[in-house]
Amino acid sequence: MGEFDFSVWQPSLPFIRDGLLFTLRLTLVAMSGGIVIGTLLALARLSPIVPLARVAGAYVDLMRSIPLVLVILWFFLVIPFITGSPVGAETSAIITFTAFEAAFYCEIMRSGIQSVPRGQVNAAFALGLGQAQTMIHVILPQAVRNMLPVLLTQTIVLFQDTSLVYAIGAKDMLKAADVVGKNYNRPVEMIVLSALIYFTICFSLSLAVKQLQKRVAIIR
Amino acid sequence: MIEIRNVSKWYGQTQVLKDCSTHVAKGEVVVVCGPSGSGKSTLIKCVNGLEPFAQGTITVDGISVSDPKTDLPRLRARVGMVFQHFELFPHMSVEQNLVLAQVKVLGRSAEEAVARGAALLDRVGLREHAAKFPGQLSGGQQQRVAIARALAMDPICLLFDEPTSALDPEMIGEVLDVMVELAQEGMTMMCVTHEMGFARKVAKRVVFMDHGEIVEDAPTNAFFDAPASERAKTFLSRILHH
Ligand SMILES: Nc1ncnc2c1ncn2[C@@H]1O[C@H](COP(=O)(O)OP(=O)(O)OP(=O)(O)O)[C@@H](O)[C@H]1O
Ligand SMILES: [Mg+2]
Repeated sequence: MGEFDFSVWQPSLPFIRDGLLFTLRLTLVAMSGGIVIGTLLALARLSPIVPLARVAGAYVDLMRSIPLVLVILWFFLVIPFITGSPVGAETSAIITFTAFEAAFYCEIMRSGIQSVPRGQVNAAFALGLGQAQTMIHVILPQAVRNMLPVLLTQTIVLFQDTSLVYAIGAKDMLKAADVVGKNYNRPVEMIVLSALIYFTICFSLSLAVKQLQKRVAIIR
Repeated sequence: MIEIRNVSKWYGQTQVLKDCSTHVAKGEVVVVCGPSGSGKSTLIKCVNGLEPFAQGTITVDGISVSDPKTDLPRLRARVGMVFQHFELFPHMSVEQNLVLAQVKVLGRSAEEAVARGAALLDRVGLREHAAKFPGQLSGGQQQRVAIARALAMDPICLLFDEPTSALDPEMIGEVLDVMVELAQEGMTMMCVTHEMGFARKVAKRVVFMDHGEIVEDAPTNAFFDAPASERAKTFLSRILHH
């Protein structure tokens, strides 16, 4: 292979950019969808309706006990059966990640909801707010606030995990780097580049989380 | 206004309220006192249905609290409650704390609610703190905001559960002043408190609880001058001598 030749980075940039855009889109969709569905799952898990709580609990436990790669492969095979036609690796990846991350966001939101003291619920009820109003205006905002650092840390993990869509050939950033590396016969240089990009993004995000943690600590 | 008749409540095997009966007439202040764990908080939370109870009836303004047909949120909206630990919503500004239920429960417009909130903040002496968050206020200020929040709903009566016992001594006065003023204006109030000065000043009657029982329910002067039971005597001597 000879010496390293990082000049390959230059022509790779448009591909890397497209891959990175997909990676970011996947992360953002899975995060927002995951948080919404995860919150609903958390409400179901905490609900007094036992069958509902059981089903939600079973779903969360299942997702949390299977390696993500398997879920990605499995959904890729199963989704076409449900929809009746192939959906493509990218759509499959988005559905899979949303469904998978929902289980993790569920557990975060569940402990967030439980972290809100009972007295807050009493105060809301005493003012005449109903169950749903209390949840929406009093409990969930505090749950999210209390869990914000954890939610963001989970999102950083999610961002890194998206590279696993490699397994079904979705065109994310790692895949783009891989393709360019093969075409120019410079695989190592391209792996170094994608590692650098992942590192830079994740590292800045975790610094941002630390800052945020400090600010939240002051507000409370 | 508040009628409590033969109320009993259990937590598992332990009975925490034993056949409790008392009442608060319109415009009256009744103080509830008793040793820790005697069931004062439990009883007062039964009045607006925050705690369910197994036996007996409680009516507020003629409406039964435990009747499954009662629209509890609607009844609670008319019964103000002030808690030991203030329970302001920490993620909202003082103004938002005052506005939330006015808009969501009473259906007032935002402007109307803000104006009502501002007037009440003014009344408890905190007009310039509307934009602050609860965490930026002292305990006494927070409790006054909590009273304003309850008043913003135009309640027909107010429940207090040890409103001053989480406060530093120098802040107790500012909260009691607001409560005395309310009492003198004729607000119907049921107050769990150990502030005997407050009781002497405004309470019509004092209810003394011990071990889940209402041991004494007497006019204020009679209670302080000649408590009928040994338990009340012991309690009074302990509380007045520290
Ligand atoms: N959720 C609960 N589960 C079981 N027991 C409880 C619960 N809440 C209160 N109790 C018990 O009920 C009894 C009455 O409690 P309550 O809080 O009403 O007393 P209190 O008179 O308000 O006391 P304090 O002065 O300490 O506030 C106590 O013995 C307490 O241990
Ligand atoms: Mg108590």
